[in-house]
Amino acid sequence: MHAAVVVFPGSNCDLDAYYVLKDLLGIETTLLWYRERDLSEYDLILLPGGFAYGDYLRAGAIARFAPVVQALPEYIEKQRGLVLGICNGFQVLTEAGLLPGALAPNINRRFICKSVKLRVENAYTPFTQLCREGELLELPIAHGEGRYIASEETIERLKRNRQILFRYYEENPNGSLESIAGIMDETGTVFGMMPHPERNCERLLGLGEGLKIFQALAQALTPGPSPVITHGRGVAQAG
Amino acid sequence: MTKLALAQRHGLSAREFQTICELLGREPNELELGLFSLNWSEHCSYKSSKRFLKLLPTTGKRVLQGPGENAGVLELENNWCVVFKVESHNHPSAVEPFNGAATGVGGIIRDILSMGARPIALLDSLRFGDLSPFPFPKGKGSSPPSLGEGLGERSQRLLEGVVAGIAHYGNCIGIPTVGGDICFEEAYTDNCLVNTMCVGLLKKSELKRAVAQGVGNRILLVGARTGRDGIHGATFASEDLLGETEEKRPNVQVGDPFTGKLLIEATLEACQLSELIGLQDLGAGGLSTAPPEMAARGEVGMAIDIEEIPLRAEKMTPYEILLSESQERMVLCVKDGSEQKFLKIYRKWGLEADVIGEVIRERVYRIRHEGRTIAEVPVRALVEGVPEPRAEAPGSEDLSPLKGAEGACLSTLLPAQPVTSVTGWREALKKLLHSPTIGSKRWVYEQYDHTVQTNTVIGPGAHDAALLRVKGERFALAVTMGGNGRYCFLDPYEGGIRAVCEAVHNLLSVGAEPIGITDCLNFANPTDPEVLWSLDQTVRGMAQAAQAFELPFVSGNVSLYNQSERRKIYPTPIVGMIGLLTDIVHRVPMGFQREGDLLYLIGKLSGKSGGSEYLKVFYNVIGGELEPTDLELERRLLRVMLLLGGANGRSPLLRSAHDISEGGLLVALAEKGFARGLGAKLELDDLSEEEGLFGEWPSRFIVTIPPENKSAFQEILNSLDVPYRFLGTVSGRQLELNGQEISVEELRNAYESALNL
Repeated sequence: MHAAVVVFPGSNCDLDAYYVLKDLLGIETTLLWYRERDLSEYDLILLPGGFAYGDYLRAGAIARFAPVVQALPEYIEKQRGLVLGICNGFQVLTEAGLLPGALAPNINRRFICKSVKLRVENAYTPFTQLCREGELLELPIAHGEGRYIASEETIERLKRNRQILFRYYEENPNGSLESIAGIMDETGTVFGMMPHPERNCERLLGLGEGLKIFQALAQALTPGPSPVITHGRGVAQAG
Repeated sequence: MTKLALAQRHGLSAREFQTICELLGREPNELELGLFSLNWSEHCSYKSSKRFLKLLPTTGKRVLQGPGENAGVLELENNWCVVFKVESHNHPSAVEPFNGAATGVGGIIRDILSMGARPIALLDSLRFGDLSPFPFPKGKGSSPPSLGEGLGERSQRLLEGVVAGIAHYGNCIGIPTVGGDICFEEAYTDNCLVNTMCVGLLKKSELKRAVAQGVGNRILLVGARTGRDGIHGATFASEDLLGETEEKRPNVQVGDPFTGKLLIEATLEACQLSELIGLQDLGAGGLSTAPPEMAARGEVGMAIDIEEIPLRAEKMTPYEILLSESQERMVLCVKDGSEQKFLKIYRKWGLEADVIGEVIRERVYRIRHEGRTIAEVPVRALVEGVPEPRAEAPGSEDLSPLKGAEGACLSTLLPAQPVTSVTGWREALKKLLHSPTIGSKRWVYEQYDHTVQTNTVIGPGAHDAALLRVKGERFALAVTMGGNGRYCFLDPYEGGIRAVCEAVHNLLSVGAEPIGITDCLNFANPTDPEVLWSLDQTVRGMAQAAQAFELPFVSGNVSLYNQSERRKIYPTPIVGMIGLLTDIVHRVPMGFQREGDLLYLIGKLSGKSGGSEYLKVFYNVIGGELEPTDLELERRLLRVMLLLGGANGRSPLLRSAHDISEGGLLVALAEKGFARGLGAKLELDDLSEEEGLFGEWPSRFIVTIPPENKSAFQEILNSLDVPYRFLGTVSGRQLELNGQEISVEELRNAYESALNL
């Protein structure tokens, strides 16, 4: 399996995602400059968190025109691999129309960085297959524009097709509709979430629950048994 | 206008103008006056403070770079080095809180970057005027008297603006804000303090310097374009804040964190090229100060072609271009012939990059415009020529009436009526926990991204210091930042000692060994003898404490003129300190971990309440005598805490540790309960007076140990002759004392609602 972590000018979680894929899971991973158009090499395209282009206009509003994002529809159509957008990556995917809905400023109008509880709503996807339905994960959020909004019709469709993968549990930190924290597209190959799984992949930083999502992706994309944790501070042995 | 009058309008004194004429052998032209005014400003030259700074120890076995560069550097382990520095952005933040604070963050980040290091953490120490009180949850408890005149609202507006500015820059740029401190005191109402510390990490071989060398080597200007913002910012920061601060707004720069982020990535890429000679951030003074500083370090001269500088505004004069403080710019010195490689990197990241000059043999800073020299000044005259102001610090005997309320310990104040009725320790504790200075700062730190870069093992609000892992290594870095101005107001010498000790304690609580200091000295106008005296005393106290711990000061900043017509700030030394934890597995948590654990107080077991938050909240008194710190005891306490905390590679004997600071013993005990909601049964009948429970005397920790460690614990304390006493047992969900109890939940509610904007 070969993963690509996209680097926009202003990405700031690119190295964090790279570290999890490459150093913790031992997956071949490339930092992919935003001007690249050829995605045929990669089984996973990860759009990381950050402030692409400074996000001065609206989060993701300019990044959607980046060559790498322009190449995504074809990548998705050909079912070449999976696409995961985390935080700013999720915002870019909605701006580009690759995921439904939009991410508006948090209801309190402020940036929020804290650990939140998520409930796994659908465990039958390549992204969540190592979770149980109803399982609670604790992951950090860090965003100013994370309030998921969509038309009533879109929300109904998301529910009907079981495209909602994570909901905020107990506390809805940003005022998202239906407490939505993560969704996928209708093809089940594009996934976006506001919380940061890459920030909780080791016991040193929490319970390490975020690693399940990356392991699930690796399992879905690698023929044969799931990959072994190669780094000394993975979930299995953390200090 | 005469040249002298023009010089005075530039903030230069008649004596300074005379010196300039002597150094040049002629009168300076207007552009040269501009260069001198910035280089010789207090902010850039430290002219009033440098004789005090000489008192601070700066050497040590880990020191790779002490004061004099953009930041200090200490060697860690496995060739890793830590780069760190603190800087103030007080004046701009008082005028324009959002941009003032944001650019403060940007500036200190680039100081770290100038050493070749990736910035890994930010901390902020903030001081504001008192806030209007926030109600208790469910409306319980009576409110302190109103502040009047809308001052509380002004302080709240400044707080909101500063926090939003720090969040705006720090979050976007992807550096976690992991710690710091915030206090509220009337003295900071007009002149808030915004001190920011940045920490960077690099391998020893990657270390860079802010130097220009090699005649014919090229000078590059990279990053953003040069505009008219922030002209004379450094001069502005070297005056009192008088009159309508609105007029000063054009002196405040505007930050662009996106460009700042690109500049970090491009510069770290450029640092990989061997042709890079040196680099420096354009901070205060812009192109009028950074190039001559680089030339001075390299003992060379520099020539700049003004028309090569890319501009963002039309028709800028050479004067405006040189004095602009536009943000997100850096100067590089690179080997002649390699410039295209560098330009390519910066342009790939979408940044401006241009060759603007060269290193020359004559040690002058020469400004050329279309081939013609329009200013030329000896580099040493600019960088080192400023005469020291003549004011002498008066002796303390002349100023003893200024040392706060003499002898006002609680027992002498008690006849005074408390301004708030105290109905036993439970209500008192709740009220103290609800004071904005002591209460939770969650409202602030949840607006800062503190988990990006995935190294934050202990983040803000969780302990006395933050803890950062280094990926792939066993060791970890502990970082802390703070300082109590009230103590320095009451007794600057003792306050200086305590500022250092407090930072040491914060690191020891986590289990880390303190290894080095950066500081920011925030004071009022130094031409005031009292201010100068307090500066002298504070620095002496800091030096004394640092010597006792054998800790070097490797970088720092001085911010003077922090006053208005109405108010002077308290003398406020902010100490930033780095600690090394040999094995991250051995970190010690702050909170109670398990029921049945034994609770001990170690260090100085009794003392006075002078300067305490308790006196302020309940008696409206900023006063009292500060108990002098016993530095011999502090040295033993340091060794004890290192041994208990797992130095020497053994598992810690401690289950938790917390230093006692603002609020005293009971506040520290309550804070230990918040992490897991655990309480304690306390046995301290003899300490149950107000003074014992809420006094703020120094040199104390509260620790818990599992019962089986008791004899090993006692052996270490006895062998190093450090006093200790049993306080009680961790148990239940209540804090229990003298047959009265209060739930940890109730205390937590008071604590969490202290700052609820």
